Amino acid sequence: MRYLPHTDTDRKDMLDAIGVASIDDLFVDVPDAGRLDGLIDLPLKQGELQVERAMSAMSSKNVSASSVPFFVGAGAYKHHIPSTVDHLIQRSEFLTAYTPYQPEISQGTLQTLFEFQTQVAQLTGMDVANASMYDGSTACAEAVMMAARVTRRMKAVMAGNVHPHYVEASKTLAKYSDVEIEVTEPGLGGLETLINAIDDETACVVVQTPDVFGQLHDLRAISEAAHAKGALVIAAFTEVVSLGLIEAPGAMGADIAVGEGQSIGVGLNFGGPYVGLFACKDDRRFIRQMPGRLAGETVDADGRRGFVLTLSTREQHIRRDKATSNICTNAGLCSLAFTIHMTLLGEKGLKQMAVINHETACSLADALDGIDGVEVLNDAFFNEFAVRLPKNANEVVDALAKVGVLAGVPASRLFPGQFEDVLLVAATEINTDEDIAIFDKALRSVL
Amino acid sequence: MPMNTQGRPTRMADNIATGGYAETTSGSKGLEQAEPLIYERGSAEQTGVDLPEPKCTPNRLGGLARQSELGLPGLSEPETMRHYVRLSRKNYAIDLGLYPLGSCTMKHNPRLNEKMARLPGFADVHPMQPASTVQGAYQVIGELAHWLMTLTGMPGVAMSPKAGAHGEFCGMMAIRAKLDADGQTHRRRVLVPESAHGTNPATAVQCGFTVDEIPADDTGRVDMEAFKAKLGDDVAGIMLTNPNTCGLFERDIREIADLIHEAGGYFYCDGANFNAIVGRVRPGDLGVDAMHINLHKTFSTPHGGGGPGSGPTVLSEALAPHAPVPYVVQNGNDWELVEHEADAAGEPFGRMAAFHGQMGMFTRALTYMMSHGSDGLKQVAEDAVLNANYIQARLKHVMTPAFDGVCMHEALFDDRFLEGTGVTTLDFAKAMIDEGYHPMTMYFPLVVHGAMLIEPTETESKSGLDRFIDVLEALSLAAKAGEKERFQAAPVHAPTKRLDETRAARQPVLRWTPSTDDELQAAE
Repeated sequence: MRYLPHTDTDRKDMLDAIGVASIDDLFVDVPDAGRLDGLIDLPLKQGELQVERAMSAMSSKNVSASSVPFFVGAGAYKHHIPSTVDHLIQRSEFLTAYTPYQPEISQGTLQTLFEFQTQVAQLTGMDVANASMYDGSTACAEAVMMAARVTRRMKAVMAGNVHPHYVEASKTLAKYSDVEIEVTEPGLGGLETLINAIDDETACVVVQTPDVFGQLHDLRAISEAAHAKGALVIAAFTEVVSLGLIEAPGAMGADIAVGEGQSIGVGLNFGGPYVGLFACKDDRRFIRQMPGRLAGETVDADGRRGFVLTLSTREQHIRRDKATSNICTNAGLCSLAFTIHMTLLGEKGLKQMAVINHETACSLADALDGIDGVEVLNDAFFNEFAVRLPKNANEVVDALAKVGVLAGVPASRLFPGQFEDVLLVAATEINTDEDIAIFDKALRSVL
Repeated sequence: MPMNTQGRPTRMADNIATGGYAETTSGSKGLEQAEPLIYERGSAEQTGVDLPEPKCTPNRLGGLARQSELGLPGLSEPETMRHYVRLSRKNYAIDLGLYPLGSCTMKHNPRLNEKMARLPGFADVHPMQPASTVQGAYQVIGELAHWLMTLTGMPGVAMSPKAGAHGEFCGMMAIRAKLDADGQTHRRRVLVPESAHGTNPATAVQCGFTVDEIPADDTGRVDMEAFKAKLGDDVAGIMLTNPNTCGLFERDIREIADLIHEAGGYFYCDGANFNAIVGRVRPGDLGVDAMHINLHKTFSTPHGGGGPGSGPTVLSEALAPHAPVPYVVQNGNDWELVEHEADAAGEPFGRMAAFHGQMGMFTRALTYMMSHGSDGLKQVAEDAVLNANYIQARLKHVMTPAFDGVCMHEALFDDRFLEGTGVTTLDFAKAMIDEGYHPMTMYFPLVVHGAMLIEPTETESKSGLDRFIDVLEALSLAAKAGEKERFQAAPVHAPTKRLDETRAARQPVLRWTPSTDDELQAAE
């Protein structure tokens, strides 16, 4: 087997050195119930070529985003990623290192994490960020639990237009805790009903902008209302590129910002791995209750700057049953990809990318709005919006897939039994005028 | 002393005079380049991408255009490349050398896995595409599920957990859901050995359980008498790592499973150490009800500096109906995705995260499994165990194994051999850095004093192990010979000297701010 260095002679010499006769003597502690005769019933080893053929056969059954006009979003977005990113994250020193438990030989990872934390804080308008969570949905769930710990209140209110997967992940994490989650009715409307749901028991209110329908929200009124009742505001986002163009959660009063970083550097990957972003205000109560790893600055024995993992007394390996979260491994390499792509973009590139996204979405909205019976439902959006169709959106998406257009996500796939004529459509810098024209024409033909 | 903006002496004479570590004017040392933060290097005007000029059409942002500052520095492409390549060189990595971090299974990461994960049909597909356009992606999930269930001898598997700890959460949630469905709402106590990973107690609490610790016996295994004494009708189950964190197989595992089942509880097995037994022992035969599998350990997906991981969780007949959504099912030739609790055949406890799990890790792990096959995987376990025992056998005359007898895939030493030397486990570990090795896991498990947990994995050659053994032997002898200063000063050959972790925690600096720069200027 090509990954196993020992020859049979090596194995024999090593068994001799140990002082046992056979490998079975090293498995003596396995009870009879666990002993197998022979091999488990699975295929035998194969060479690179054979494996490559089998994997490629499965890959070729899928329609990749780059091969067709592509408008699918709803929590994951197709963006162009500079080639430098994938090259750098495949550097052995990044790819095959582990969590930087020995900081003196992990400064590469630690410094990039420190850069990542700073970038996330800047983007969200927050003071500090952690070294990543699994994804946006689990970051959101952890934020709800953190808000309950900080406020010592047990009621969370989530807006109905937060991505349903984020709501479900939060409910799962809270399911057997003392935290109760209330979710308001979904829809494209404003956040007024949410304000009414806040009372003196509310730990936090969770809002998303752009929301799952792509609609933008001003969070200032809700922040004021929440803070007046002593509740925290958690601002979620699924499209981090939006922060290059729309107001930062921190500037609109949010206390914790959580979201998905997949758009920058990571790619679609059929839903994972992604990178959860988690940032909050610089408040000692907050930082001590944060989940996940934190890289911090310090000095070495010669007084020179270096970075280490820090404040680990919050974490499971130290605090065990009293930890702020059970998270251990996070999204390390994806956070590196995020940081490299963000460094390539810089402020200038990010803003430009965001503007192009918005302009492309505006062109698409104009085109679709011009089709009889099709109505754009958003009055404000970034790169994604909802349209009402004269037919069932699921059927329309399937019909369009047959003619080679991936048109978006039927809202009913996220809200079963609701919004059956609503389609969520995203446009990014990857979409050309020609893509939009093909979509326009194809949609007319299936309606 | 005159210092430059990086706080380094500007004249060589200064650092010679202070008797310090030989400094250079640049801060770099030969191939090792000093590298500031991007915030000290880039600017808001610089960018490494060329994008078309925006058309400046009217916006539809509803008056919510960003007013607050971004403050993100950019770098051109060559500068970006250099920045991150320079930083990468300050990392130790599996591809550089033996990485004996116990409990982490730092094995070779085959590049075929990377290539397969990047096929456009896997890397460039969206999780919400219509089912007809992602049949191959559902198939990968289904095939990997089949391998995992067959290797563990378990009837069900939840594929969506995003890492080991997330898999623990999945398994314990399934146990909680099953207990509640059976009206066993008084069962809230979970037994966890003292030697367990911290994630175990943290997870149990996250599922609304309380944790009751079981001590280890003097062979490093569950103290059976203490375990039996803790059984009762409020017990929800046990979380047990096997092989355990001392690197030992729990000989009484079948009896533990039977007793916990008789008591009405369930058996969660932490599968972090599955590498020791893959292809040779099926946890399902030992009475396990749930076990997560770290694809980034046993199945070689890269650790990436701390993730991403992937933690599919196999489930017994009793727990499988409570598996979370989503999951794939095969219907004739077609694959389908069950996304909503209402559409599920069983009673899912919920959804763990957005979308369907760590697809990028699934493709890598499946590639690895197909490469090894059932014969190769069995050899993996055998060579991993052989390597650990070889290290233990060859070092036991100079270091002190924590327990007698053979070990599994990890060799655990305590610090008795350092007694009276003035050298601690930490010092010993840092001295290994100077010898060009990543240290073993230190001070874990907690049940062993000054623990040093060495997991070589199966991908180390005999000659590589011999070199490593020679180094540890030499260090042990040096410690015993009274060379404690060398250990206490270590590392001196790493990119930094020993870092002050206490200061980092007492005065947390968790991000760069412009004032950091100002302070440096002022110091100058």
